Amino acid sequence: MAFKLNVNGHTTSVDVPADMPLLWVLRDVLNLKAAKFGCGMAQCGACTVHVGGQPVRSCMYPVSQVGTKAVTTLEGLSANGTHPLQQAWETVDVPQCGYCQAGQIMSAAALLAKTPKPTDKDIDTAMSGNLCRCGTYLRIREAIHKAADMGSNAAAKTVQTAGKE
Amino acid sequence: MKRKDSTQNVLNRRSFFKISAVAGGGVMFSFPFASDLLAQGRGGAAPPPPNPNNFIKVALDGTVTIVAKNPETGQGVRNMLPMMIADELDVDWKNVRLEQADFDDTKYAAQSSGGSTATPNAWTPMRQAGAAGRALFITAAAQKLGVPEAELTTGAGKVNHASSKRSATYGELAAAVAKLPPPDFSRLKLKDPSEYKIIGKKHSAYDIGKIVTGAPIFGVDVTLPGMLHACFEKCGVFGGKVVKANLDEIKKLPGVKHAFVVERPVITDAVLPGEPGLENGIAIVAETWWHANSARKKLVVEWNEGPNAGDSSVGYAKKAEELGKAAPQRTLRADGDADAALKSAAKVVEASYSYPFIAHAPLEPQNCTAVFKDGKLEMWGNSQQPGRGRKLVADTLGVAETDISLHMVRAGGGFGRRLTNDYMVEAAWIAKQVPGVPVKLIWSREDDMRHDYYRPGGWQNLKAGIDASGKIVGWKNHFLSYGDGETFASSSAMGPTEFPQRFVPNYTLQSSVQRLGIRTGALRAPSSNAFAFVIQSFIDELAHAAGKDPAQFRLDLLASGAPLPAPPAAGGGRGGFAPPGMNADRMIGAMKLAMEKCEWGKKKYPAGTAQGIAFHFSHMGYFAEVAEVTVTGTKVKVNKVWVAGDIGSQIINPSGAENLVHGGVIDGMSELMLQEITVDKGKVVQGNFNTHGMVRINQAPIAIETHFVKSTASPTGLGEPSLPPVLPAIANAIFTASGKRLRQLPLSKAGMSWA
Ligand code: FES
Ligand code: FES
Repeated sequence: MAFKLNVNGHTTSVDVPADMPLLWVLRDVLNLKAAKFGCGMAQCGACTVHVGGQPVRSCMYPVSQVGTKAVTTLEGLSANGTHPLQQAWETVDVPQCGYCQAGQIMSAAALLAKTPKPTDKDIDTAMSGNLCRCGTYLRIREAIHKAADMGSNAAAKTVQTAGKE
Repeated sequence: MKRKDSTQNVLNRRSFFKISAVAGGGVMFSFPFASDLLAQGRGGAAPPPPNPNNFIKVALDGTVTIVAKNPETGQGVRNMLPMMIADELDVDWKNVRLEQADFDDTKYAAQSSGGSTATPNAWTPMRQAGAAGRALFITAAAQKLGVPEAELTTGAGKVNHASSKRSATYGELAAAVAKLPPPDFSRLKLKDPSEYKIIGKKHSAYDIGKIVTGAPIFGVDVTLPGMLHACFEKCGVFGGKVVKANLDEIKKLPGVKHAFVVERPVITDAVLPGEPGLENGIAIVAETWWHANSARKKLVVEWNEGPNAGDSSVGYAKKAEELGKAAPQRTLRADGDADAALKSAAKVVEASYSYPFIAHAPLEPQNCTAVFKDGKLEMWGNSQQPGRGRKLVADTLGVAETDISLHMVRAGGGFGRRLTNDYMVEAAWIAKQVPGVPVKLIWSREDDMRHDYYRPGGWQNLKAGIDASGKIVGWKNHFLSYGDGETFASSSAMGPTEFPQRFVPNYTLQSSVQRLGIRTGALRAPSSNAFAFVIQSFIDELAHAAGKDPAQFRLDLLASGAPLPAPPAAGGGRGGFAPPGMNADRMIGAMKLAMEKCEWGKKKYPAGTAQGIAFHFSHMGYFAEVAEVTVTGTKVKVNKVWVAGDIGSQIINPSGAENLVHGGVIDGMSELMLQEITVDKGKVVQGNFNTHGMVRINQAPIAIETHFVKSTASPTGLGEPSLPPVLPAIANAIFTASGKRLRQLPLSKAGMSWA
C-alpha cells in the first residue's frame, strides 16, 4: 500500500504493507537508522520517535496509523545536533554503548516540551519506558536537568515546531 | 610485575617501532600492541615477529590519527587507549581522530574485548609509543632550530624553545621526523602523573556526536546496495533439527525472496571449545526485516527435538537436591581439617544459596551482515572475539580464513554475549546460499533470549564454624554446578582459591555436577556475579552470628589471611601472565574508603532503612560497596550506593570510569531482583524484557557515589569488577533493615520487588 509520510519535515511516499510498524519503514525503507530495534513489543523504548509531537514506540506503531501527523526521529530533532538535550548528553557524557540513547533523547524531548523544568520524579515517570542495558540512568537524569537549565524554552519550541511541521 | 618487565623488554627492541612518511606530508609511527608482543611469548613454534600495524599519524595540519584496533561495546576503549598515546605525545585531545581497524590477524595478533584486559595490556606500551613520537619531534626541532634537545619543551602538538621564543609545530616537523631512526626506548622518559593533561581528565565518548544525532554506527545499521534482510528460526530445544516445514507456502509470501533449511554440517576440523556455532534451522530472506519476520510467523515446522527435550529447571533443582544430600563428587580444595574445626567450633552456621541461569540481553540484538562473492566472504559484525568468529565461519562453511574479510562495527552492548559468534556463522551461511547479494541477519529479542550462552545457575551448601572470639575457624562449601565428570560446563567452575580460602585455616571446597542441555558462557564478571552474592551474604550471616559489626568482621577476616603466594611465572595464562590473587591490604583499603564515605555505623536510620556492605575481588579490581535501602513490606528502594574501588595508580578517563561503575551497580540490581531464565521441556521459557526484566530509571538509586583508592599498582580494567559486590551489599542491607535473609536469586522469588 502507498503511504505519504511527513518525516523530519520532508514528505515521502512509501509502498509497504499497512501493518508494517513505523520502525521498519524508517529503518529499512527510508534508511533512517536512529530509531533502534530492541524488543519489538514496547518494552524497551529504543524505537521511540515522535508522531504528532507525541512519543510513540515505533516498533508497534503501524504505518497506517501515522496519517498526516508529522514524524520526528532523532535525525530530525535539530539541524545539527544542537538541541539542548543533545548538547547536555554530550557534556554529561551519558552513553556507554549508546544503543538506547536515540530513544532516551526522544522521550526526554517529549517530556521537556510538556514540562520544561521537570523534577526527578517527572523524569522517572516519563522515562521509565526506556531501558538502558548499560545503566546510564543517573546521567540521563542529570542531562535532562542540564538541558532544562540550558534553555527549557528553546527545547520546548524546537520540539513543538518539529511536531507540527 | 613480570608482565611489565616482559612488555618493556620487547618494546625496547626499537626495530618494532617504524617511522614512515605519509603521502601528502605528515609522518606515521607504527608499533605493536602489548598483547601482540606477549602473544609471541606463548609456547610452540617460533612465532613471526610482531607486525607493527597499530599506528599514530601526524598530518601537516597537526591532526593526529590513531588506529583503534579493538571492538567497542560501550566499555570506552576507543577513548582510553588513544588518550594514553595522546598525552605522552603531548598533543591536543581535540586534534585527535580515531580510525577503526578491520579485523586482520596478519596485522594484529589480538583483537578482542573481554575480561577487563585492555587497560592492563595497554598501559605501558601505549604511553611508550606516544613518548617515542614526542622524543622524535624534539630531535627534529633541535636540528631545525639549532639548539640542544634539553632546552626544548612540548605542548599541544608543538615544540617550544623558551629562551628564543621560537617554536615548531608537529606538522611542520613531520617531514624531518620521517627521516629519523627510532628512538632508544630504554631512555624514554614517561610523564609523571602530575604532568598529565589528558589522562585522568574527563573525556566524553569519542563517538558521542554520532550517538546523539542518530548516525548509523551500530551493527544493525549496516546498509549495503541491494541488501536483503534475513531472520533465522531455530528449534527451541538446543540441537533440534528440522524434519519438515511449509517452505513452499512461505516463499509465496509478500517480500520473501528465499526460504531454506540450514543443516549444520558435520564439522571434522576443530570446532572451537565452548562454541558449538551453527544450529539447524530455517532462514527467510526478504526485502525488509519486517517482511522476513512476518513470513516467519506463518512457518509451520516439524522439529526433531533431540536428546535435550527432557531438560527442565524443575529437573535441575531436583537433581541438585539429590546431589546435595549425597557425598560430593570431587574435592577441589582441602586446607587443614574443616570437619574437625566445625566440630570444635563455638557456633556453626549452615545455609544453602542458589542463583539461576540468566541471559546477557545486550540491547542491540545479535546481528551480522555478509556478502559471498567469487568464493570470498565479506562481513560486517560486532563480535567481541572477531578472530574466533572468523574461524568458526571458516570451519563451518569450508571457506579459507584468508578468504573472509571482516569489518568491525560498534556494538550496542556486549556483556560477554558477543564473545561467541553463532549469529556470525548464520549470516555467513545464509549469504553463501544467495551469492552476490548482501544479507543482513537480525535476531529478534526472543531469538536472543532463547539462544543465549547463559550465565550458569547453581547451588552452594555452606557450613562454617566460628570460635568463642568470633573468628571463622572452618569453612565448607558443597558447590553444585553443571558439567560432566571432571569437566565443568563453560563458566560453571569454581576455582580452588575462591574467597575465603587463605583467610580461613580449615577450608574445604567440594563439588558435584549434573549434565545440562542448554549452553552456558561468560557474563560480565563471570562466576563472580553469582559467587560474590553467596559468599558475602554468608559472611554477613557469620558476622551477625558472632555478634560483630559486619564491616569490622570483614576487616578482621581480611587481616587474618595467609600471605599471597607468589604469582605463577609469566608465559602462561591470559595475555601471557597469570593475574595475581587478592592482595588483602588493597581490599582493606577499599573497605575503609567505602566505610568512611558512607559514614558506616554513624548514621541513625528510621526502622526499615539500613546500610549493608560487601566486597569482592575480580579481574584484578578491588571493590567494596555499601548500599542504603529502605524496605517497606516486600518493596525495596535502593536509596544510595557507595562504591570504593582500587584499580591501580591511575583512572584513565574518570568520566568513562564513573559511567561503568554506575552500570555495574544497576546491572547488578537487575540480576539481584529481576532476572531468571528457566527451562521447560528443553526450551527456554522467557523471551523478552517483560519476563526477563531490567532495572528501569524509576528503580535506579537516587545516587551512586564512586570513589577510587589510588594505589601504586599498575592500572587495571573496570568493565567487570564493580558489579559483583553490589548484590550482597543490597541483600545484607535488606537483612539489617527487615530481618529477611534472602538466599535465593532473584529476590523476586521471595515476593520482593523494587519500589
Ligand atoms: S523496540 Fe520498540 S519498545 Fe523496544
Ligand atoms: S547506553 Fe547501552 S543500552 Fe543505554
